[in-house]
Amino acid sequence: MNYKHTRFFLSLTLGLGLGLAGSVNVQADEFTKADLEQWQQDFTWTVKKGERLFHSPLGSNTVSCDQCHPNAANTHPETYPKFQKQLGRVATLGDMINWCIQNPAQGKPMSLDDPRMIALEAYITYERRGVPLAPGKH
Amino acid sequence: MKASMDRRSFLKGAGTLALGGLIPLNLIEVAFGKDNPQNFTFGYISDSHLTHIKGTQFVRNWDHGLRRAVAEVNMMDPKPDFVVYGGDIAQLGKKEEIDHGLEMLSAIRNKMHYVMGEHDYYLDLGKYWESQLGPQWYSFDHKGVHFVVLNSILTYPDWTYKRWPSARERMHQMARLDNPQGSPFMVGEAQRAWLQQDLAKVSKDTPIVVLSHSPLYKIYKGWNFWTEDAEQVQALLQPFRKVTVIHGHVHQVLYNQIGNISFYAVMSTAWPWPYANTYTQAKSLVPKLTVPMNRADPFHERDATGWTSFDLANGHVDTHYQLWSNTDRTVAFNMRDGKPEDTVYQPEDQRIPPQTQY
Repeated sequence: MNYKHTRFFLSLTLGLGLGLAGSVNVQADEFTKADLEQWQQDFTWTVKKGERLFHSPLGSNTVSCDQCHPNAANTHPETYPKFQKQLGRVATLGDMINWCIQNPAQGKPMSLDDPRMIALEAYITYERRGVPLAPGKH
Repeated sequence: MKASMDRRSFLKGAGTLALGGLIPLNLIEVAFGKDNPQNFTFGYISDSHLTHIKGTQFVRNWDHGLRRAVAEVNMMDPKPDFVVYGGDIAQLGKKEEIDHGLEMLSAIRNKMHYVMGEHDYYLDLGKYWESQLGPQWYSFDHKGVHFVVLNSILTYPDWTYKRWPSARERMHQMARLDNPQGSPFMVGEAQRAWLQQDLAKVSKDTPIVVLSHSPLYKIYKGWNFWTEDAEQVQALLQPFRKVTVIHGHVHQVLYNQIGNISFYAVMSTAWPWPYANTYTQAKSLVPKLTVPMNRADPFHERDATGWTSFDLANGHVDTHYQLWSNTDRTVAFNMRDGKPEDTVYQPEDQRIPPQTQY
């Protein structure tokens, strides 16, 4: 929460600063260490949100993702997209998250761009950091 | 082998609950017993994690697992001498959950022995469980084998008594397997002292079988696949010639040999857990001896769950993993090699792709 306020004031200050400077021409590829820290914070915040969701009931029966996947293990995010024989098509990690929400958790699927879905993907992928990409692998 | 598999397929196809009579699930005949050489087998059901939602509602999936195990154990032939429940009847230690489980387990037509799991314990520190099922640790003798039941899921008193604002919060914290605020399991000093005294009466050539919830060795602390004072417990068991530890908690096919002690995990009726070495952000000590179970297929609700049966032969245990939606596995003590081995998949060139865990 504090962080969100800080970010707001930071943008406000930056905006005023630019306004005063007037003629500063910001290039698309110019970013500062402060920017990097900010983006990293934003990502970390999303991972933490994903971790909370992953350990909360997302369906109707109190069952949460971590009950079968401690630390998101056995989710293999690096192998998606891949052919999922049970669906008969190439599926994404999001498709599989929805499958788990609908079946073991007995809930309703999320849209793939739902901020909760993005947070879940961020957490699952972060717990698998460093593992080489292996799309299609079974 | 083939005949046995056909029977299983038939059973699976026909639906176990519809079949009332005795149907042979395994026909293994074994001879054992130091003083009393009789054949014997026992059944093992574990880790059902029955979860109360509200009112009369429970999580359907976990209920199905336990019901099916109870039905199949009742059809074992030869009939088991007794059945063990390996802990975690409940998910959050609630009376409703324990009662619901005991109601289902009351259908078993055998003597039962119960082991305490952390999900049964950390709401009221085992009070309700104990009021229904008796002491948390004890021993008994059966056909020349000395059985010891331990409560291996205790932890540091500070964590248990001082850390949490409520019993409910304590239970929720312990129920999360990957909890960074968790605390390692242990048998504890009082129980180890009792074990030492209990074993003092037993001759060194009597086979010992210890039943615990957590593995009495160290695999991965982060998930409590771990017992903090494992080495001290192992030291008490070290003077005996033949020692077996059977444990629940890990929800997977897992076996190991440390010195004179053989370790076997039992299946969960609820859901499978990944092998600790598939979590790439931490080091773990999954026994090299174990040929892993097949990677679970999430589209088959009962895959990678099941129950377990044991035969005692020559003072050692043979373990039969009754795997739903998958080929059954047998891990038997190999007298020549002095360790448990899978009877089919142990050689490297016999393994199959689904056993590759990553």
